[in-house]
Amino acid sequence: MAESEELGIAAGEAQAGVRAVAGTSRGPVLGPPMVEYLLRLGDDRLILGHRLSEWCGHGPILEEDIALSNMALDLIGQAASLLRLAGEAEGTGRDEDALAYWRDGVQFRNALLMELPNGDFGFTIVRQFLVSAHSVFLWEALLAAPHAGLAGVAAKAIKEAKYHLRHTSEWVVRLGDGTPESHGRVQRALDDCWRYTGELFAQDEIDTAVAALSFTVDMAAIRSRWDQVVDDVLQRATLTRPADAAMRRGGRVGRHTEHLGHLLSVMQIVARSHPGATW
Amino acid sequence: MTLTADAAWRALDGVPDPEVPVISVVELGIIRDVAVDGTGAVAVTITPTYSGCPAMFEIEKDVRSALLAAGATAVTVTTVLSPAWTTDWISESAREKLRAYGIAPPGKADGGALVTLTRARPPVPCPWCGSTATELRSEFGSTACKAIHVCTSCRQPFDEFKAI
Repeated sequence: MAESEELGIAAGEAQAGVRAVAGTSRGPVLGPPMVEYLLRLGDDRLILGHRLSEWCGHGPILEEDIALSNMALDLIGQAASLLRLAGEAEGTGRDEDALAYWRDGVQFRNALLMELPNGDFGFTIVRQFLVSAHSVFLWEALLAAPHAGLAGVAAKAIKEAKYHLRHTSEWVVRLGDGTPESHGRVQRALDDCWRYTGELFAQDEIDTAVAALSFTVDMAAIRSRWDQVVDDVLQRATLTRPADAAMRRGGRVGRHTEHLGHLLSVMQIVARSHPGATW
Repeated sequence: MTLTADAAWRALDGVPDPEVPVISVVELGIIRDVAVDGTGAVAVTITPTYSGCPAMFEIEKDVRSALLAAGATAVTVTTVLSPAWTTDWISESAREKLRAYGIAPPGKADGGALVTLTRARPPVPCPWCGSTATELRSEFGSTACKAIHVCTSCRQPFDEFKAI
């Protein structure tokens, strides 16, 4: 997805990011680069983990109910570690719970793909496959980050992401190379997810600023390895890779789909209804 | 008499893992460090098996009460992520206990190779009858750390402690 192929609105958002980083009054209010960077990583996992948790008790078979819930646990655990680091970097005393439960939609930095409703089992699996492949290579790159906390999370999370990738790869093949019904459903899911994949690889001023401060991640290299794994699995699954077209984005600067607010209303209700409650 | 580090380790070896109670938290390899100061205060460093392991709170509570019962004057528990826990830290004796309990012990961790579809994993021997004619039923089992297999010889399902 060349940048030029992105929607005009996406280009506008990228500029808004510049304005925000430059500290002018227009555009979304972004925080310090390292805080933003950690929030992006943490929110991706928190929101996708919450989506997976919605399957608990609703999985198509018992084994998958357990698998989806286990993957949710891994992602929410990773999110807790990442949001804790974001809170420490911010330095105003917010911990992972404050960041998860007491921010509003515009303050979330997850990619749009994570917040889309679960759809059917095929959609959930296809999205999880695309994200897990991205996560494996991203964590691999971040193992070497000169940020002890982040490198520590990467070393932990990469083991989990590999399992998620293997599990979802097998399901993509099983469903894609299955019945006409399952094939049609996962092909549609793939087509529907595709326009949201560009945001996973997009880099902006936050990445530039983090690179100047500490480390840089070669997203082009991650993209090329992601392409290889995705193409390999899609081919085994007899699925057609969608053409790269206009890519939707905005989540990284807090511009979300209408779905995030509904998700947050469920995720945050207990904490907000009973502030300070413990159990 | 002030608690010694050895005594603190022994006390911790009496704390069972809440999910797999036949092995202790020490045998599982999640106790990374134990330091006892001159006043008998103990500082324990633990690491989770998985990022979202829901047993961590229980483990922390159990560690605290076991050390206090053993004579510690105070206990602090710190959780660290790095270095990341690996099943290679599970002791030999614990592997035997897992097998006897009906859980196939983990093989060698992959050491960083990308796990994809093209895997050639050795079969997981059945902890009940020893047969290697077993099939993976699900990558995810009753807890994050286990997978479900079934033995085609004795027809028993069993858990495998996943190698990570």
